[in-house]
Parts: sequence; structure tokens; C-alpha cells
Amino acid sequence: MKAQKIWSDYRLTFYALDEKARMEFPYVETIPAGFPSPADDFMETPLDISRLLIRNPSSTFFARVAGNSMEDVGIGDGDILVIDKSLLPAEGRIAVCYVDGEFTVKRLHFENDVCYLVPANPRYKPIKVTEENNFIIWGIVTYVIKSLL
Amino acid sequence: MFALVDANNFYVSCELVFRPDLRGKPVVVLSNNDGCVISRSDEAKAIGIPMGAPFFEIKHLLDLHDGTYFSANFALYGDMSRRVMTLLQEWAPAIEIYSVDEAFLDFHGFHPLPSLREYALEMKQTIFRSSGIPISIGIAPTKALAKVANKVAKKFPAQTNGVHVIDDERKRVKALKWLPIEDVWGIGQRWSERLQKKGIKTAFDFTELPDDWVRKHMTIVGLRLKKELLGESCLTLEEIEHKQSISVSRSFHDELHTFDEVYERVVTFISLGAEKLRKQKSVAGMVLVYIRSNPFREKERPFFKQGVAKLAHRTSSTIELVKYAKLILHKIYEPFPVKKAGIVLLDLISSDVEELSFFHPHQEKHNKLMETLDKLNDKYGSGTLRIAAQEGSLRHHVLQQKLSPCYTTRWEDILVVKAK
Repeated sequence: MKAQKIWSDYRLTFYALDEKARMEFPYVETIPAGFPSPADDFMETPLDISRLLIRNPSSTFFARVAGNSMEDVGIGDGDILVIDKSLLPAEGRIAVCYVDGEFTVKRLHFENDVCYLVPANPRYKPIKVTEENNFIIWGIVTYVIKSLL
Repeated sequence: MFALVDANNFYVSCELVFRPDLRGKPVVVLSNNDGCVISRSDEAKAIGIPMGAPFFEIKHLLDLHDGTYFSANFALYGDMSRRVMTLLQEWAPAIEIYSVDEAFLDFHGFHPLPSLREYALEMKQTIFRSSGIPISIGIAPTKALAKVANKVAKKFPAQTNGVHVIDDERKRVKALKWLPIEDVWGIGQRWSERLQKKGIKTAFDFTELPDDWVRKHMTIVGLRLKKELLGESCLTLEEIEHKQSISVSRSFHDELHTFDEVYERVVTFISLGAEKLRKQKSVAGMVLVYIRSNPFREKERPFFKQGVAKLAHRTSSTIELVKYAKLILHKIYEPFPVKKAGIVLLDLISSDVEELSFFHPHQEKHNKLMETLDKLNDKYGSGTLRIAAQEGSLRHHVLQQKLSPCYTTRWEDILVVKAK
């Protein structure tokens, strides 16, 4: 992979990746017979962001946020949520819930066997879940992917 | 013991994961071109919508009962199937993916506490929570009986809670006496009619037939089924002839003049070849691609170009093989009128052997995907699910009026969650 220097000051240098170079994969026309590189023994796979964000691939889903009721915990409009459906709901966890016809993201709070969906923005009020509500805890939010550009 | 796990109303269940508002309503999924019903919610079954019914015949019923229909979204179903199958693998020592929504689990030598039934109930609950897909589980000493147990679990959800275990003679006989002959695994319509005329109404009646009669009329396959239903495990996997190389080629009626046209055809050939490769459980080490002009055309110099790539790792993945084929085609392509093109997959070995090689520990990442692709194509006809560049996906626009978003495979289609 080639990297092109794009900007530097006295401390930091920034590189741009050559996208074409990144697309390359091993392509060998004949069986390699040369001396193997001693570095091969120390090869490691490059860091993969999805490994960090996704612990359980089979139960992980993504969703995009619309609205700012969770602003104070860093979940903003347009952010992408990483949701693990296999995790159990628990006090304080942030969950994607389905309430009365729409998906919403809120913090779970349990009090005297009642579930509250608590926003993280003083301009919004908590929702008390009652039996009349058509309510599902759909999955637990594990990470937020936020663009800073 | 074997377990047969299958997803309830699989395609509809996939849609409902992302549309909880439709739970409790009649929902159907339609085949390609919105032709026929291929999956129904329980509520759709209850209002009398038959499987396979043409859409125009049942549309009024759906409208009358506030029902909803979806065009088949195989990208979504394929991904959800992969998820469910991967989750299942955590629950059993061995698993055989039987179709897009069914898998056999092999529990031999495996004795969970307090009981298999409790274990299966926990598995069912965990898989539902993790994927959103409801499953039913049948457990029995043979595969055919596991199928029977699964039917019992599905038919009587209130009593069985979706899990039924046949682990003694009484339960086996009771289930077989309940199961109509036409619902027995492997008994086709033709055979069920013939047997019914003979007075054979249930699976139990079938097991009462003399071995000689069954062998004579229904071959060894029928006899195996009988033994399986009696509790004697004897089903083996079908063996397929093993080929040394696989080639696919066609002459074109109209010559092809652009790279894209040729590429599209080559991808189709690779897909067909790779499917054959996977059927015989092989992996290929080399790919050959060739193109040629019409040799009988006078006054023009005949062209013939070919290229071979040795693969970094042997594979049967359509996606991997297509990558190499594309590279080759880029190298050999010249803009002459292409009359014929073909591919050959070479250097084949059994995929079992390949799995033993330690040199490529990361290989076969597409195994599950390819398996799903093959099974969908087996079930709904070749070409139901294709690689994006493949012929057909560009040319024939498929009518899909109500296609749901590809929630799990396209970023632009992911769920939207309100924070309001």
C-alpha cells in the first residue's frame, strides 16, 4: 500500500492512502518458488474497525439516528448506531425500542417494575411504558459512529 | 439425537424483524415478478391464503383483512439466514445447513443438563432474541423422525412451546399416527396418492408395510425412510460424481462488442461453474478464461485469446473466482467481435482436503454465503440470486413493486431510529 504525504508540521505528518493500491490482492501466475521473506513470520492482519465495533456479528445491526433527544450522551442526528440484539436489557443501557409504531433510541430505566425510556436532552420528557403501549426492546446500543466532518 | 431446526414463515419473519408494526396482521411475501405467494404469516394462513397462490387471486383477501405484501427481498433473507445458521453453530457439535431456513443439528454424544428439551428451549429463545427470527425445533434419534418432531412442534405451539422431542416409543408412535402420509419427508405427491389408495393414511401405516414391498416399489430410498421412521438412523449424504475440471462456455447468437457485455457473460459462466464446483464439494486452484471471434467469418483474421490465473488460495467462492476472472479478462480483452466465450475451473481438489491445509487458515470466508446462494437457487430456480455483475441483473428488470429495504446489506437502507 502506497501512502502519499499530504500535509505536515513539525510534529505530525498526514498521509493519504492510494485507493487503487488498496484494491490489490495476491495474484500469482506461477507457484512462488523463491526464498520466503523472513518478515512473513511476523505478518499480522491489519486492524479492522469492525472487529472493534462488532462483538457478535450474527446479532449486530445498524441504524441511523433521526433527532437529537439523546444529544447529551453523544448520540446526534445522523449518527449510526451499532445495535446488538443478543444483549439483555438492563438498567441504564441505551436501547433501540419500538413504541407505538416507531423505532426510538432511549436510555432504559426500571423503577418499581415500570420501564421508563429516558432521553438525554432536557428538552424532552421521559416516556413511561404502560400496558397499552405496543412496546418492544429491539436491541441494545453498543457504539455510536459519528462523523466529525 | 438429531435436531431439525427451521425458521417459522422465514421470509415473512425476516420482514417483520424490521416492521414490528405488522405483527399480528396477515403478511405475505411474493415470488419474483410479484407472481405467487412464497411465504405467509400465521394470520395470512388463518384467512385462507394458500401457499403458491397467484397474487391477483388473493389480493382482495389481503385488502379485506388489512394485510400487507412484500416483493421477495433475497438479499435480506440471505443475510438473515446466514445470521441464524451462524448462531445455530454455537449450539451443537455439528450442523448441516439443509436449506435457507432449515438445519440439522447433530447432538450425538452430547447430553446437556437438565435435558435436551430445556436446552432446545433456551436455544430457541436466544436465537429469537439475537436475530428476531422465530424457530421451531424437532429432536429425535433419526433425521426423518426429527422432521416429524419438528412438524409436531410447529402444529402445536401452545402445547410444545415450539420444541418437541421424540425420545421414547410412545411419543414416536403417537407422532407417526398423527402425521398424514403426504407430510412425510421425502414422500412426494405421486407416492402419497398411491399409498393412500393402498389404505396408507399416516406415517405410522407406512412403517407397518413389509420391507420387501417397500424395497420393491419404493427402492432402497423408501426402505431407508421406513427404517428412519422406526428409529434406526441410516440416512447418508448423497454422493456426487467428482470431476477433475469444470468448464462452461457458450456461443453467442449476436456477437458481443464491449468489455462489459463479455464480462457479464463471464461472470454468469463463473457462477454456474462455481455452483457445480460446490455441488461436488471441490475447490479450484486455477481459473482459465477464453474469448474468440467467429472463425468462419471470411476476410477477417480470427481472434483467440485466453488467460490463466493461479489462485492465491483454492476456493469455490463465486465472489473470489469472479475477481480472478475479471483480472484475466482485463488482460486478454481486445475489442474484436466476440462470438464465443468460456471459463474452465482447474486444479480441483476435494474441499475436505483443502480444509486440512494449514497454509491458508483464513480461506473460504464466503462458504456460508455460497451455500445460501446455492440453496436459494436450488429452491427457487437457478439465477434467483445472482452476483451483481452477472448477466440478467442488468438486462431483465424484475418487477418488484413492494421491495423492503435491504436493512442489513446496504448502508443507505439501514433502519432509521427516532430520537425525538
